[in-house]
Amino acid sequence: MPETAADLSTMPPAVAITGLRFRWRANQPWVLDIPTFHLANGERLFLAGPSGSGKSTLLALIAGISRPAEGRVTVLGAELTTRSGPARDRFRADHLGVIFQLFNLLPYLSVSDNVTLPCRFSTRRRARAEAAAGSVAAEARRLLAHLGMDEPGLVRRPAAELSVGQQQRVAAARALIGGPDLIVADEPTSALDTDRRLDFVDLLRQECASVGAALLFVSHDRTLADRFDRVAELPALNRAPSAG
Amino acid sequence: MAILSLAGKSLWNRRLTSALVVLSIALSVALLLGVERLRTQARASFANTLSGTDLIVGARGSPLNLLLYSVFRIGDPTNNVSWRSYQTFAAHPQVAWTVPLSLGDSHQGFPVLGTTEAYFQHYRHGRNQSLRFAEGREFTDVFDAVLGAAVADRLGYSPGQSIVIAHGVGAVSFALHDDKPFQVVGILARTGTPVDQTVHISLDGMEAIHADWFGGAPIPGLRLSPEQVRQLDLTPKTITAFLVGLHSKTTIFRMQREINTFAGEPLLAILPGLTLQQLWDLMGLAENALLVVSGLVVLVGLTVMLAALLTGLNERRREMAILRAVGARPGHIFALVLGESLVLALVGATLGVLLLQGGLLVAGPLLEARLGLAIAGWPPSRHELLLLAAVLGCGLLAGLLPAWRAYRYSLADGMTLRL
Repeated sequence: MPETAADLSTMPPAVAITGLRFRWRANQPWVLDIPTFHLANGERLFLAGPSGSGKSTLLALIAGISRPAEGRVTVLGAELTTRSGPARDRFRADHLGVIFQLFNLLPYLSVSDNVTLPCRFSTRRRARAEAAAGSVAAEARRLLAHLGMDEPGLVRRPAAELSVGQQQRVAAARALIGGPDLIVADEPTSALDTDRRLDFVDLLRQECASVGAALLFVSHDRTLADRFDRVAELPALNRAPSAG
Repeated sequence: MAILSLAGKSLWNRRLTSALVVLSIALSVALLLGVERLRTQARASFANTLSGTDLIVGARGSPLNLLLYSVFRIGDPTNNVSWRSYQTFAAHPQVAWTVPLSLGDSHQGFPVLGTTEAYFQHYRHGRNQSLRFAEGREFTDVFDAVLGAAVADRLGYSPGQSIVIAHGVGAVSFALHDDKPFQVVGILARTGTPVDQTVHISLDGMEAIHADWFGGAPIPGLRLSPEQVRQLDLTPKTITAFLVGLHSKTTIFRMQREINTFAGEPLLAILPGLTLQQLWDLMGLAENALLVVSGLVVLVGLTVMLAALLTGLNERRREMAILRAVGARPGHIFALVLGESLVLALVGATLGVLLLQGGLLVAGPLLEARLGLAIAGWPPSRHELLLLAAVLGCGLLAGLLPAWRAYRYSLADGMTLRL
């Protein structure tokens, strides 16, 4: 589709990193030293790396929670490194969906309230969710149904009652609500059974494609790698001698 | 608003702890407001009990004691006033009116007051309000009785009821004037003063039931029937005290000195308002101590909240990290924890107010019956609202510490979830 290709080329990349260096304290060794890293708009990237190779730290930098000592992190055309903490938080609320390894949900909220949580912090995502389905709750139900969670009464159940597999799918729905432009997933399948992992990755991939979001999927489980557009190796990107 | 509803849901998730915190705040607030209410209303009730009376005269002794037994029916007189002295001052040219008071007997624990018709004319309470009859009329016969509203209420009496007066002021008495029963002829409207607790009879009636008594016991072998007693001269020899109204306020101090230096008998005249002020000065210290203690109890309640919020914080770092990941700013985390303390303090204070209302509904009639203290429940006074606002303010202030710590955590932890 040439039209799509043209669109993608004019839009800024999802992530562009140049000369990034990060360490926890000033006199400690560098944890990350990445000369360049690139994630195209709408691209689905599998970022591989063993535990402790600095994957979570890189994601925190891309999400704008941490700030590098040197270099530039540009997400969706916005340079995060020059923005203030609250501005980065606002940017994350508007444009990013984050899925963790485990414990993604607030146990005291219902499934529906968990999914709509980002809409409490972002008027942009609230507006987009309402535009998509009429109300944020309807959009939450629609996303959950897409992810195979359409049992009646499920949306009202407390998140704490769900199985781990269900929780991860709710987390995916939460990351996707309100059409963010970039989904960041930090080993979201590590707590799932082997046969459920592929299902989850396929679902996530499909949903990202349907909302047009780029996907940065970080894992050490290479059996999932062939589901993605591209595979990158963090140890190859990172010049820091010993990762933390 | 989004944050406050999150705070509410988070608190609901920890509802046992939250309930205990709310309960401790509610109890402390109920105590604080209860003490405050009791303090102000007791003052108001005391101050409203007597008005329009210039001097109270009794046997020489403590001014406070005279005020307490003559008006509030608390304590006992040390001595009586002779009828002759009373007559002297009743006829004094400066004196407009006098009301004799004779105490010492009771009915079912309610004090019996012997007095004259002048009582119904000149006794004033509140803002110069006179006594009104809810039913019936003043006493005219020797054995007529007029009841205070609370007496009639509690004992279920209505005009026509026959009552027996007991000797002495205990609730249970073994010496009854049961040979000379009285008939209820009138019931006074409620005043919110000790008048409500009083059985009023005429001085003649008071004299009549004691005609065949001597030194606090019936004279053996002498029994007079009501008909025989009516034939006697029922002018009393002594009374307990009397109220004085003067023609001109300017003569109060001169009149007081004249009574205090009366040669015929050692007497004491007091100005009710001035003596009441002495009572407040005496009680002020105790009142303030009580208020300080209940204030400290509120602090303890808020400390319980602080402890609960602080201990919970470490376990909630994961919750904070999730919120950060979905776009919450550290300021949101701060507001969330502060909002929780606000919700706890608000619910606690509201429950405290309700608790006090409920307590007054149950204990109010008891207080009124036992102490003659009418404690109004609603609405809260301005001062009480100020106290409530202070409690909420302190709650918010206490919430600043855990909120600030959560803020620090959320900055340090970011989205990393540490197990």
